[in-house]
Amino acid sequence: MSRWRFWRPKPTVSTPGAQTDQGILVFASTSEVIQAEKFLKAAGWTIRVMGPPPEIQSGCDLVIQFPLMKQLEILRVLAENRLSPLQAVPVTGPLLKPVDLFQVKDFGRYLMVRAANMKLTVDKETRIIVNVSGGGCPDVPYLAYKMVGQTLEDAPRPRAIGHTVCGYALQLALEEMERQCSE
Amino acid sequence: MLGVVGTIPEEEFPLVVGPATLGDGFLTVQGHEVPITRGTAALLAAAAVCLKALHQPPPLAFLAGDIGLGQGSIQLYEYLSLNLAKHQLRALTFHYILPIVDWHNRVLWAIQEMAAPPLLIADAGYMYVAKMSGEAPAYDLFTPDAGEIAFLADEEAPHPFYTRGFILHEDNQIPNLIARAYAHENAARHLLVKGRKDYVATKEGVVAIIDEPGIEALEPIGGTGDTLTGIASALITAGFDIVPAAILAARVNRVAGALTQPTPATGVQDIVPHIPAGLEKLLPANQRRKE
Repeated sequence: MSRWRFWRPKPTVSTPGAQTDQGILVFASTSEVIQAEKFLKAAGWTIRVMGPPPEIQSGCDLVIQFPLMKQLEILRVLAENRLSPLQAVPVTGPLLKPVDLFQVKDFGRYLMVRAANMKLTVDKETRIIVNVSGGGCPDVPYLAYKMVGQTLEDAPRPRAIGHTVCGYALQLALEEMERQCSE
Repeated sequence: MLGVVGTIPEEEFPLVVGPATLGDGFLTVQGHEVPITRGTAALLAAAAVCLKALHQPPPLAFLAGDIGLGQGSIQLYEYLSLNLAKHQLRALTFHYILPIVDWHNRVLWAIQEMAAPPLLIADAGYMYVAKMSGEAPAYDLFTPDAGEIAFLADEEAPHPFYTRGFILHEDNQIPNLIARAYAHENAARHLLVKGRKDYVATKEGVVAIIDEPGIEALEPIGGTGDTLTGIASALITAGFDIVPAAILAARVNRVAGALTQPTPATGVQDIVPHIPAGLEKLLPANQRRKE
């Protein structure tokens, strides 16, 4: 295997679009961005205030660049400080939206919901979560450990104990499952 | 020897490197016991039982505790970037780990420094970061599921959560998704797409579809994709070429699942013990020892 096959310059961290593991938080106003920056930096996060890409039409002057995989934790810090960004999107495609399509599969006694790469399966008779599968980030096995065997009502929320976008996708699957099971 | 890199969902689990041996429902690595209920532990368990049946040494596990905060993942990235050259591996499988592009690249550079680089297999978070980094073609095998092949096919998505809606996840679209992933150089040299039907593909297209035995209940069971990746990794390590290894692994995983008589509530720890029987059924004894 050639040395040169792997030789690529390390990605830079200076501008949105240059690093695909970065995201941006879009807020309603500049003051919210500044407040968010203060709270996030006080909490120890490495984030940067940047100019918004031209595609964003929300009227805000600034966005916050942040490590995309830490989205859940960063949103939690903001929520604790009563801040809610309008959007959190990857810098490689500012207008990209999270998957909002769910697939539902009925196994008779069991119901499975898939959101993006995450699957959640529930026993319809007992409302107990019997399986969690899919995903690739390290909080997925942790979330599965915490949620499997719990009822929909008692299971911890991925939004509360998850840390990554896989955890966020599982939260969406859980919400869709709750909606399906309430019909 | 097979190396397997991944995380364990326990915050206090230390960085450990050592052979993984299988007990009754537990893996043991350097004295640390890990339940094989899902994730990298399930992959390692499947690989361990397969390697034993193939008269190979147990897998070398590179593990660290991580519940999504990233500390364990960074420990692994750092260890690998500094120490990989000390290990002689035929194949190296990467699994649940927090995707961090810069660290991924450092590990890849460490691999290219090795005297005999291993075959590279990636699943889960490491497959995501391999795609994000633009280095997917440096890998020998990716093992995505249906949602993840859609992510690989979407040249703009940095994570499966952002796969664009027009790139459908339906099984009957999978050959198109495979072609699109290769067209944008977001696929490894070989793909094993796991699902109701398993697809084995190269840049030239789909080379095999495995759909027997068809067990619907396997889809919701967490860890069945992990066992498939583990079996494929073991077969490749034992000397099988990647395409026949992927095909055989898909069949063995299905037979093991069928022998378990699963429901959607079955745990993967109940399937792993049936893997040797699946291998025995599909691979004659005189073909289980490769050079």
